[in-house]
Amino acid sequence: MSTIILLMTIVSTTLIYAAPLMFAALGGTFSERGGIVNVGLEGIMVVGAFSGAVFNLSFAKVLGPNALWLAILVGGLAGGGFSLLHAVATINFRSDHIISGTVLNMLAPALCIFLTRVLYNQGQTPSLSVSLGTTTVPGLSQLPVLGPVFFTKTSPSGYFAIGVGILCWLLLYRTRFGLRLRSVGENPEAAATLGINVVALRYSGVILSGLLGGMGGAIMAESITLNFSATTIVGQGFMALAVMIFGKWNPLGAIGASLFFGLAQSLAIVGDYIPVLSHLNQVWFQIAPYLITLVVLVLFFGQSTAPAADGSTYIKSK
Amino acid sequence: MAQVLVSMQHITKRFGDFYANQDVNLSVHAGEVLALLGENGAGKSTLMSILSGLRQPTSGTLMIKGQPVSFRSPRDATLAGIGMVHQHFMLVQAFTGLENVLLGDELVHHGVLAEKRAQTRIQALADTYHLNVNLNQRVAEMSVGMQQRLEILKTLYRNADIVILDEPTAVLTPQEITSLMEIIHQLTQEGKAVIFISHKLSEIKAIADQCVVIRHGQVIQTLAVNTTDESTLADLMVGRHVSRSLAKPAPQLGTVSLALRHLSVKDHRGIERVHQLDLDVSEGEIVGVAGIDGNGQSELLSALTGMLPASADQFTLNGQDMRHRSPRQFTQQGQAYIPEDRQTVGLILPFTLAENLMGQGFMAAQNYRFGLLNYPLIRAKARQLIQKFDIRTVSEQVPAASLSGGNQQKLIIARELSRHPNLLIAANPTRGLDVGAIEYVHQSILDQRNQGKAVLLVSFELDEILQLADRIVVMHDGEIIGAANPAKITRQELGLLMAGSPVERPEAQSYVTVSERSPRSK
Repeated sequence: MSTIILLMTIVSTTLIYAAPLMFAALGGTFSERGGIVNVGLEGIMVVGAFSGAVFNLSFAKVLGPNALWLAILVGGLAGGGFSLLHAVATINFRSDHIISGTVLNMLAPALCIFLTRVLYNQGQTPSLSVSLGTTTVPGLSQLPVLGPVFFTKTSPSGYFAIGVGILCWLLLYRTRFGLRLRSVGENPEAAATLGINVVALRYSGVILSGLLGGMGGAIMAESITLNFSATTIVGQGFMALAVMIFGKWNPLGAIGASLFFGLAQSLAIVGDYIPVLSHLNQVWFQIAPYLITLVVLVLFFGQSTAPAADGSTYIKSK
Repeated sequence: MAQVLVSMQHITKRFGDFYANQDVNLSVHAGEVLALLGENGAGKSTLMSILSGLRQPTSGTLMIKGQPVSFRSPRDATLAGIGMVHQHFMLVQAFTGLENVLLGDELVHHGVLAEKRAQTRIQALADTYHLNVNLNQRVAEMSVGMQQRLEILKTLYRNADIVILDEPTAVLTPQEITSLMEIIHQLTQEGKAVIFISHKLSEIKAIADQCVVIRHGQVIQTLAVNTTDESTLADLMVGRHVSRSLAKPAPQLGTVSLALRHLSVKDHRGIERVHQLDLDVSEGEIVGVAGIDGNGQSELLSALTGMLPASADQFTLNGQDMRHRSPRQFTQQGQAYIPEDRQTVGLILPFTLAENLMGQGFMAAQNYRFGLLNYPLIRAKARQLIQKFDIRTVSEQVPAASLSGGNQQKLIIARELSRHPNLLIAANPTRGLDVGAIEYVHQSILDQRNQGKAVLLVSFELDEILQLADRIVVMHDGEIIGAANPAKITRQELGLLMAGSPVERPEAQSYVTVSERSPRSK
């Protein structure tokens, strides 16, 4: 395999695996910037993957390839709706954020597999007929070296995620909404004295996390597993949390960190072709993402600067 | 007479059966400083939370510039021209000064924050009122004084005509207090009114025009400050005659109790916060450690109680090497500790008074019977201590959380002193207490010293240190940068030392260390 083709494969598989993580990590960033810890990302991704897959299967014949992007949107909306459970529990009923998130994680797979059985009479959906394959960008792909490596047979979802990530950064750091959302995650009492609606902002943070997490789940189903089953989402939501922490609760950090995690996963596929790595046992590549998650959490969680009021409940005084 | 900006008429605020404010009347004029004087829990804060829109009164009328108003939220109060600077600043630590000012009233251009334009405008405002604030610095990196100026700037940006300052001097150095007084003067010059909440009489005398004394939620008296004196104000506030000076016999020094040579302490993140510190505390003296919060005092205290490891050439308590010892070993060596934070470190709030008073005794065999805790005995002992230390409570079986701040502090003092310690370490022992409770705590500490015990007092309250200590050392940036004689040094000189600059007058210093004095044998 030539170096250019090897690089192309590494870049495109990295992007494919990074995209779902990126969306979910961006979602987590919004939720936690607003002060609500969201360990329910895993469950949200499951709901997004399920809804996206069902929409894809139902409308692929009518809409063709357009169904793909609409399915991502549907996954997002479903995730956003599902995340409302977390918002109500943590914001209105002041329940523990971790417990509420765990409820989401336990509820989602059970619910979605049950619905899959109802709809398709089996434990998994049929394979998707249209999927997010690879795209060659016209024009850019003609560039020397860069063209073949980055823009030929590459992952559209990866670039889409990076674009969304940059928009998220602008939203969080350059707009009124972003400033207010961050203030609510840092010091809700102070924000409230300035007339900021803490409850509404925390709701928007959680709903955005559901939206983005759901989109991540749908992308997972449409680009990697190509159906929905109990094994579509296996820890990506938790990995996204590690990505979010590794990225220091910053959308740009989340982009970089998820590319790193994506690379780790892509090595499982292309590792055989890289001379230095080819003699390693496949098992190492398989467990690499999880191992890296663990190492990242151990090394960075203590030092990272989480939003000051992350995980706290806000009680309005009378 | 200047315009009446605020008029509160018959304001009552009731929580259940408890009246936090009852039939309060007060008015504030433009260009005036109104002091609100009262003990903790007298209802000052509730009254001001009504004025700043955080709470709604149960009954009564609030008039702003002659118009009756009804605030539903802090936002309504802000729009009516009321700016509140809370005692615990309402700032976002991770944000810059600029972001903190803007938050809630952002300048936006095409959906994007117009930070440049905002910066110019806010800087101009700061310059007008001589508020030295670095708008591009994060709040977490600002001094407390600058954070306070930032809070004042926030109210001015929102066009406040009435600025409420809640206990503004509690956390400031004497120099910062002077500059705050100048800022207040500047505000009133511009026709704004300032409401100054305090229980420090000297400051009220210095800055206020009118003083409203509040006790048990009611206005006791409103008086012009220039017609009264501090002791009258103190008596009015407490409701009885208070003695504001302690009788203090000359110290009778014994042997050295605590000796530190080159003590260094790293905090939990591995950053060295105390560098090569030398200190001796002898029996029969109170050594006061003065300094601004965050100069290594917490780490020093943690090391002295075994909560943080320390490296030292010498670290002895009554001659015993105390390096790498656990908190329990310190306790067994006869050390008592009144921690800074009585609620999270000093007490286990959900536990009963009896359980808290048992404290370190949970290991003592005498508290057990048949291998189980002997509750009848523990409760009996607690009842004795409650009586001896005059802890106001309905029973020894209620949780410590149900006590007032002053009584919680008495509870800690009772627990610690009942162990008959030979070294007492007290950290900000009167923080947040009212005059009566302060009197009690100070007397208890002084009694220990008079009984020949060694006392180390770490405090941010200059008056407390000057009043109690026989010897003062000043901590700055993890080092002891000077020693002072409390009888000779002035508040201003001590303030300069705390800020890190040396004192010029030699007579104010006392570099006499214990080894140079001839210790009196026991």
